[in-house]
Amino acid sequence: MIAANLPALQVVLPLAGAPICAILGRRWYGWLIATALCWATFAISVLLYVQVAENGPISYMLGNWMAPWGIEYRLDRIGALVLIIVSGIAAVSAPFAFHSVHAEIPEDQHRYFYTAFLLAMTGLLGMAITGDVFNLFVFLEISSLSSYALISLGRDRKALFASFQYLILGTIGATFIVIGIGLIYMMTGTLNMADLAVRLPAVAGNRVVDAGFVFILVGVAIKLAVFPLHLWLPNAYAYAPSVVSAFLAATATKVAAYMMFRFVFTVFGVEFSFDQMQLSWLLVPLALIAAVTGSLVAIFQDDLKRLLAYSSVAQIGYIVLGIGLATQDSVTAAVVHLFNHALMKGALFMALGAVMLRVGSVDINAIRGLGARMPLTMAAIVIGGLSLIGVPATVGFITKWYLVIAALETGWWEIAVIVLFSSLLAIIYVWRIVEAAYFSEPSETGATVTEAPWPMVASTWVLAAACLYFGLDTRLPVGAATEAARALLGGTP
Amino acid sequence: MSLLGHYNYWIVVVLMMVGFYVVIDRGNLLKKLIGLNMFQTAVFLLYISMGKIEGGTAPIIWEGGGPYSNPLPHVLILTAIVVGVATLALGLGLVVRIREAYGTVEEDEIREQDDP
Repeated sequence: MIAANLPALQVVLPLAGAPICAILGRRWYGWLIATALCWATFAISVLLYVQVAENGPISYMLGNWMAPWGIEYRLDRIGALVLIIVSGIAAVSAPFAFHSVHAEIPEDQHRYFYTAFLLAMTGLLGMAITGDVFNLFVFLEISSLSSYALISLGRDRKALFASFQYLILGTIGATFIVIGIGLIYMMTGTLNMADLAVRLPAVAGNRVVDAGFVFILVGVAIKLAVFPLHLWLPNAYAYAPSVVSAFLAATATKVAAYMMFRFVFTVFGVEFSFDQMQLSWLLVPLALIAAVTGSLVAIFQDDLKRLLAYSSVAQIGYIVLGIGLATQDSVTAAVVHLFNHALMKGALFMALGAVMLRVGSVDINAIRGLGARMPLTMAAIVIGGLSLIGVPATVGFITKWYLVIAALETGWWEIAVIVLFSSLLAIIYVWRIVEAAYFSEPSETGATVTEAPWPMVASTWVLAAACLYFGLDTRLPVGAATEAARALLGGTP
Repeated sequence: MSLLGHYNYWIVVVLMMVGFYVVIDRGNLLKKLIGLNMFQTAVFLLYISMGKIEGGTAPIIWEGGGPYSNPLPHVLILTAIVVGVATLALGLGLVVRIREAYGTVEEDEIREQDDP
């Protein structure tokens, strides 16, 4: 009974928990409720992943209304992987949040913070599991609205304006997606993804479908922060509370990338997207520009959270590049990078959260000499940084490896050169952090700090260790990504 | 079909572009939100228009009834309206807090205060 309803529980659990958290979440109860729910959802997504891996895609009819009339939850390899990423990062963020939230957010707002956190998680999980395009939009807005609220909780007043800008751009993006969905609904009369995939080829020559495709693509690109639509991202990540930066950087863009996979490969299909609409010619150049300029701008940032945010723009470039090349290896690289980037950015932002707690700033000058004072936190930053560069034995290497192979296979060796060049730029900004942390005299405030509380260090290290573990033992992520890529390219939803 | 045959779609396009332009061009945060709302409202009209067919009645089945209008787009847009209201409320809430923190709701003045 319970096992059959796991797909619904995955979303309903955090959704139902959110109001409970708002009502009963006084003092540290809010944290307790949120943590328990995060771990429960993580357990559910692991169970779902095992089911999908053993028996193939799961189809779940909400309220027993048959698809395509009712809303269908449909879970395949890539969806299950994204669920694990979202709930896994949430489960690791929750222990981290206890001290961090205590330090950064006024006590009377704690329970609302955890409420918004659970809602954001609900939205992200829902987007990954639903098989209905309009339902996707609703979940997108649930996650977006709660993340605007979360970002605005940052201590700096700049967080307010960053959140407002994100609200404007995010709403435009979401509205574009609704327009696109409306246009393809006009042509097909269905909202179910699998049904759309069957019906769209019949009307593929129609300009309304083309327009719908472009509207959806631009809308998703805004949420994914594809260059040049990334302008909301650096400020939003830089001024949000530390936990929020870590959680959103690791999950929100991943789910947006998942949306792009879904629409480009499943709903519209490879043939339409890449043969008829020539999507490669749009995505590949933009991805390469993102990879280079993102890294380039990151080099000149003094605020480390901003630095990481720009590095995210570059890393998103790799994901988009993988989608744009549309070969088995490149899509594998893109899918596996969803997982890898979530691990490394999660670890890095959490480590900065620990620095923020102890030093009160994440400026490059604030971490001078911290290598000796906060050895565990700084070591986690180094591992995350090496992963960003793509050093062998870290997860970043796996992605680059597949991307370069895919680029060489298609005969575009220039792409491989640009990817490697962007990695060289990453060495520079990672080195700046390492130099400040290990080879500089500590500043006055930095000389007295101690290591962060153990739950924060533990959370950071779970992700940092995963960066190393999955860099060596690649069976789980690469196996899942290969399967997912085959399903996406094969056109079977 | 004549150029003005689907005049409601023309209204949708004009309203959408007016709203979009206001969002991009105005520096006043409140006006931006108003523009954003116009933009969203245009999409509501787009959905409502597509459900209507000429001579269609409400989709309540009775003998000799029909053709029926499609109710589904209307239901969908009910959800989108709720989302729009929530977005506007959150946006206004943010503007209030921005005004408390900066003493202004003009984008250029806020930028000036942040990096003089």
